[in-house]
Amino acid sequence: MSLGEALDVRSGPEASLVLRRATVLDPVAGIDATHDVVVREGKIAALAAPGEADAEGAEIVEAEGLHAFPAFFDPHVHLRTPGQEHKEDVETGTRSAAAGGYCGILAMANTQPPVSTAADVSALREQARAGASVPVGFLATVSKDMEGAELTEMVELREAGAVGFSDDGLPITDAGLMRRALQYQHLCGGNIALHEEDPQLSRDGAMHEGAVSAALGLAGVPSVSESTMVARDAALAGYERARIHVQHLSAAESVEVVRAAKAAGVQISAEASPHHLCLTDEVVRSLDPHRHKMNPPLREERDRLALIEGLRDGTIECIATDHAPHQPEEKDVPFEQAAMGVTGLETAFAALHTELVLPGVIDLALLVERMAGGAEPFDLQRPSLAPGSEANVALCDLGAEWTVGEDGYESRSANSWCAGRTLTGRVLMTVAAGQVAFRLRSFSLGVAA
Amino acid sequence: MKHLLSIEQLTREEIEAILDRAESFAEVGRRDIKKVPTLRGRTVVSLFYESSTRTSSSFDLAAKRLSADVVSVKAAGSSVEKGESLKDTIATLSAYDPAAIVIRHPYAGAAQMVAGWTPASVVNAGDGKHEHPSQALLDVYTLRRRLGSLDGIKIWIVGDVLHSRVARSNLIAFARMGAEVTVCGPPTLIPRGIEELGCDVSYTLDGIEEAEVIYALRMQKERMSESFVPSLREYAANFQIDTRRLNPRQLLMHPGPVNRGVELSGEAIDSPQSLITEQVAAGLVVRMAILYELLAGGEGGATVSEGETSRPTPIGTPA
Repeated sequence: MSLGEALDVRSGPEASLVLRRATVLDPVAGIDATHDVVVREGKIAALAAPGEADAEGAEIVEAEGLHAFPAFFDPHVHLRTPGQEHKEDVETGTRSAAAGGYCGILAMANTQPPVSTAADVSALREQARAGASVPVGFLATVSKDMEGAELTEMVELREAGAVGFSDDGLPITDAGLMRRALQYQHLCGGNIALHEEDPQLSRDGAMHEGAVSAALGLAGVPSVSESTMVARDAALAGYERARIHVQHLSAAESVEVVRAAKAAGVQISAEASPHHLCLTDEVVRSLDPHRHKMNPPLREERDRLALIEGLRDGTIECIATDHAPHQPEEKDVPFEQAAMGVTGLETAFAALHTELVLPGVIDLALLVERMAGGAEPFDLQRPSLAPGSEANVALCDLGAEWTVGEDGYESRSANSWCAGRTLTGRVLMTVAAGQVAFRLRSFSLGVAA
Repeated sequence: MKHLLSIEQLTREEIEAILDRAESFAEVGRRDIKKVPTLRGRTVVSLFYESSTRTSSSFDLAAKRLSADVVSVKAAGSSVEKGESLKDTIATLSAYDPAAIVIRHPYAGAAQMVAGWTPASVVNAGDGKHEHPSQALLDVYTLRRRLGSLDGIKIWIVGDVLHSRVARSNLIAFARMGAEVTVCGPPTLIPRGIEELGCDVSYTLDGIEEAEVIYALRMQKERMSESFVPSLREYAANFQIDTRRLNPRQLLMHPGPVNRGVELSGEAIDSPQSLITEQVAAGLVVRMAILYELLAGGEGGATVSEGETSRPTPIGTPA
């Protein structure tokens, strides 16, 4: 089932496009050449020889020098609805995703109230069909109202269309409840995405525990508050032959635990966020809560390098933004009081291209592969440019420089960890589930001219 | 210098300039009329979100000795209790066009944020567990008066380093002035990675006899309930500075208020080695010097009133 079929999106006209002479890169499908990308009736109709495609009845996009990638998939987004629509909603959040080159996202369930009933899921799906620019899947909570005490009605939630389960925002501290959820997964299916943190160890920590927290006098969140919980849940998943997805890995120790669990045959997948891949706790010295306060916290250089190594060897199969919108009044306060989280959908690709690909730390192909790696852990089809696939395309100008925030954001919130940075590489156009979901305004004008 | 937000921001030369200025105010303090006209017609707001006796009173008095108009706002009983945000409170107070805002706040980085929201000079009078720069400056001042210089002096800071902004500011200031600093306390109260600030770490008092200065920190009772230490009794048995552990050649300091019989024995507090009351007296002149440096001194002193020299002139003395 394609993303457009499996998830919910506003229906609109099917794209009919020819991307002339685009540099096409889809490492999973083994495509790396210059083609005319022909999109008809919402599908990749053909990858024709450059300049050769029959463009009759289609919009022609001159894409010479531009890159066409399989559009990206983000398994970790906070759409904030219901309850906090002043921060984000389905419409603004999916517009933000489209602007970042995404053709699908999964929305977290830690809303107000949390997504804990079939009715909640149904209502959200209806909203997505009415106003989502890109396909959205909704996770439901593992425990009722995220209280960590009782399981939700997981079978009914799945029947209502919940893609999987997560109490993200909070860990599942009760190992017994965690085990029951994993056992029950054999009945209800659906992956369980885990925010790994032992609150007895993280306590009131506001940043990573280390030399920087010591210098700033901030309570620290030790790496082991994450890695011990990853180890616990990997052991439980192995024991129950169940499946888990570990969210936003931040610590070197956690990467090691996931690697060892995979080697032991545990069904475990993992994600890392762009901010953890690009920044360390050194930036927290600025005490800027807008850009640098999040949970899990930014850690040390050794952790960052371990995450990159995890991306390379496949321990971490996907990049997930943990897009967490907040309004200024929740961030215009001293660091310890500020809300946790940063936005990331609109900048993920550009930031990682700038910080990791251009300096030669990772290949462009690896980045493209990992940017779309978040679908498969949730049994969704990976976006592909192979002819016959649903059209999910991100068209990017890898040479374009832009300053983040200068032209505002599609998101309703501005707490981007990249705010003010100049990035190289920009998404010009996104096709999601066969529909044009985004065009950069200056680019579309250029095409018209 | 526009703001005093941290010791971290200061060079040794800048620290020395403030201390030299404080020396000249000490001289003023010995006169009958202890007031100078430097800040006449200007306003200093002190905004305290945490209780404080010595810091708030000495900043208020320092501003008054410099002839400033002083507005003291305590969070308790103010609009803060009605839920006003820090940013809005600062906007309100800035409307009075103060020359300086002195702020104490329970969270790290508050003074720095305030500096971005107001045209006034901002003085950090304590931000969370981060820094307390005026305390460090008055402690360095006190020691410099006693010892002449801190170069090569061995200083032990003993107690709850984890929760202490004084420990952080002082260890940076002492090290910057050339001292060799050791922080000492139970491992639960020494933050991981503190040695990267340029100090040694000791989990016992063994070796404290080598110190020329012992700086004891306040041990807060609420730390017991969080299992940082099992009991005050056990803490005192292992870390209390008493006259048995304090030798006659050592100097003893404490930022106050002291828990008598916990971190210090009564005898140690009252011993001739104790500099505790000198620290309090130093607080006034050092805080005068800080306000002077920010509002009338250095390159930033464009607003010094006409005819005024850089040396403070007591009221009633012809300039």
